[in-house]
Amino acid sequence: MTDTTAPQLPTDTEEAPVLTHSWADRRALRNGMFTIGAWLVALIAAIPLVSVLYMLIVQGGSRLSTDLFTELPPAGFEMGGGFGNAIVGTILMVLIASIIAVPIGVMAAAYLAELGPESQLGRVSRFLSKVLTGFPSILAGVFVYAVLVLAMGTYSAIAGGVALSILMLPTVVLTAEEAMKMVPRKMKDAALGMGCTRTQMIWKVVFPTALPGILTGVMLGVARVAGESAPLLFTALFSNYWISNLREPTASLSILIYNFSSMPFDNQIELAWAASLVLVLIVLVFNILSRLFGRPKY
Amino acid sequence: MTVVQPLKGDAPTKSASADGGDIAINCNVSKIYYGSFLAVRDARVAIHKGKITGFIGPSGCGKSTVLRSLNRMNDLIQGFRLEGDVHFLGQDIYAKNIDPVVVRRYIGMVFQQPNPFAMSIYDNVAFGLRLNKFKGNYDERVEHALRRAALWDEVKDKLKASGLSLSGGQQQRLCIARAVATEPTVLLMDEPCSALDPIATRRVEELMLELKDDYTIALVTHNMQQATRVADITAFFGVDISKGGRTGYLVEMGETEQIFQRPREQLTQEYVSGKFS
Ligand SMILES: Nc1ncnc2c1ncn2[C@@H]1O[C@H](COP(=O)(O)OP(=O)(O)OP(=O)(O)O)[C@@H](O)[C@H]1O
Ligand SMILES: [Mg+2]
Repeated sequence: MTDTTAPQLPTDTEEAPVLTHSWADRRALRNGMFTIGAWLVALIAAIPLVSVLYMLIVQGGSRLSTDLFTELPPAGFEMGGGFGNAIVGTILMVLIASIIAVPIGVMAAAYLAELGPESQLGRVSRFLSKVLTGFPSILAGVFVYAVLVLAMGTYSAIAGGVALSILMLPTVVLTAEEAMKMVPRKMKDAALGMGCTRTQMIWKVVFPTALPGILTGVMLGVARVAGESAPLLFTALFSNYWISNLREPTASLSILIYNFSSMPFDNQIELAWAASLVLVLIVLVFNILSRLFGRPKY
Repeated sequence: MTVVQPLKGDAPTKSASADGGDIAINCNVSKIYYGSFLAVRDARVAIHKGKITGFIGPSGCGKSTVLRSLNRMNDLIQGFRLEGDVHFLGQDIYAKNIDPVVVRRYIGMVFQQPNPFAMSIYDNVAFGLRLNKFKGNYDERVEHALRRAALWDEVKDKLKASGLSLSGGQQQRLCIARAVATEPTVLLMDEPCSALDPIATRRVEELMLELKDDYTIALVTHNMQQATRVADITAFFGVDISKGGRTGYLVEMGETEQIFQRPREQLTQEYVSGKFS
């Protein structure tokens, strides 16, 4: 029952306690084994990520050139080409999604964290946000198809952006709420004690203090939707040309990958690999940016 | 010279009776509830202009509750209810037409835990000025407030550094600077030294003594030496457990010297002589 190897409590004897480290000690051994175990598990968890990256670099790296960013997708038997329009389309639609989801999400988070955390409305919308995080992305596409694409009579970048914003919103709401809740109560009290209204407290103290966390949430949201293809299939479709306005079918990297990877042409398949690599790099850049800007200033 | 706008509603009704000219806040609370819990009863305390009024008493007797009701900080607590009135320069701050937000701009607060904002030292002090849309020279006011709080020499070379990077004692003095920057009429301090070491405590005490020339201060303290060192007037609160609850009430109030040397009440006598705690 009692651990026989537990250190002896100091007694009256003159003998000095043993403070040195020894592997013979079962506690030290167990600790060592556990540490090694944790290392191994962490290593195993990193294998998928590292191998995907490795494969992308090997398969797509060879095609990496400026052509990719400036050329249009090749047709059938054409050689060369790129997917500049798809990069523009993806960035544009993620931007539209952010413009919609970030203000709404952050405001909603402010309500959930500060104004009515325990209110009926607060509880319901928090629950819905959690449900929405697991929302099948294809349904967002179908939904926007029904309400926007049919109404506008065309696939468009707008519809694509709206579909992505639906997927982005819950991530932004929930992470921003967490970030605002992390702002210490005493700081909020200080603001109110200075004579801030609740709104002023949120704008002047809670937002600035929680900004790093909020930005992390936004970046997580961006990362989540940047690679989505299912919702775009029904909303933005694809285009082989440069985008000229927001109300026409729009290319995206994810749909390009989907299209090209199933084509019987080596050129297209190589381009699909390169597009995958570019997509990952874009997400990575966003992540790094969020770390730079999201670092607590004070 | 305050930067804040006048209280909403009527101009101070200078009734000849109630507010003797030297009283800043006349607290006339008969009952304070948290939900159905009667926390405080019969707390009639006058906070005199230009003086330091100390609140002492055993833990849980409602010192903070009474102090926080003086600038309506308790409004933010669910279930809080106050019976009675609190007159600030002749106006009942619990009257219907009063905006509690404006009240708090006149009656500033320093909390038990130092709570600077996650901003630079400068921005912390300028916070209240910006909030009140102050139109003067910010640098001057910030420096003045920091000097007032005996912090200027320590931070003058790093005003851009984070307020959170300061030591606990410095943070508390920063909070005092932040509170005095807008020149409120009254400063409420709830155990401002409880998180500080003896040296920092002494500095803050010296500061209070300096500030009282320009400000009216109400100070909650657990430290009886502190009360004797800085308070001009002391209010002693006790706890009444006779009716099953734990209700705080004002036992007696008077010149600090009288409270500690010649208390009128047996209870006060026992508390100040240390029989209690
Ligand atoms: N937010 C609250 N909700 C409910 N009850 C409260 C709240 N704040 C204080 N109380 C109760 O009111 C009573 C007085 O509390 P208060 O904090 O005013 O005491 P205090 O004299 O400041 O004590 P201390 O010296 O320990 O700070 C206590 O019984 C406490 O439990
Ligand atoms: Mg208290």
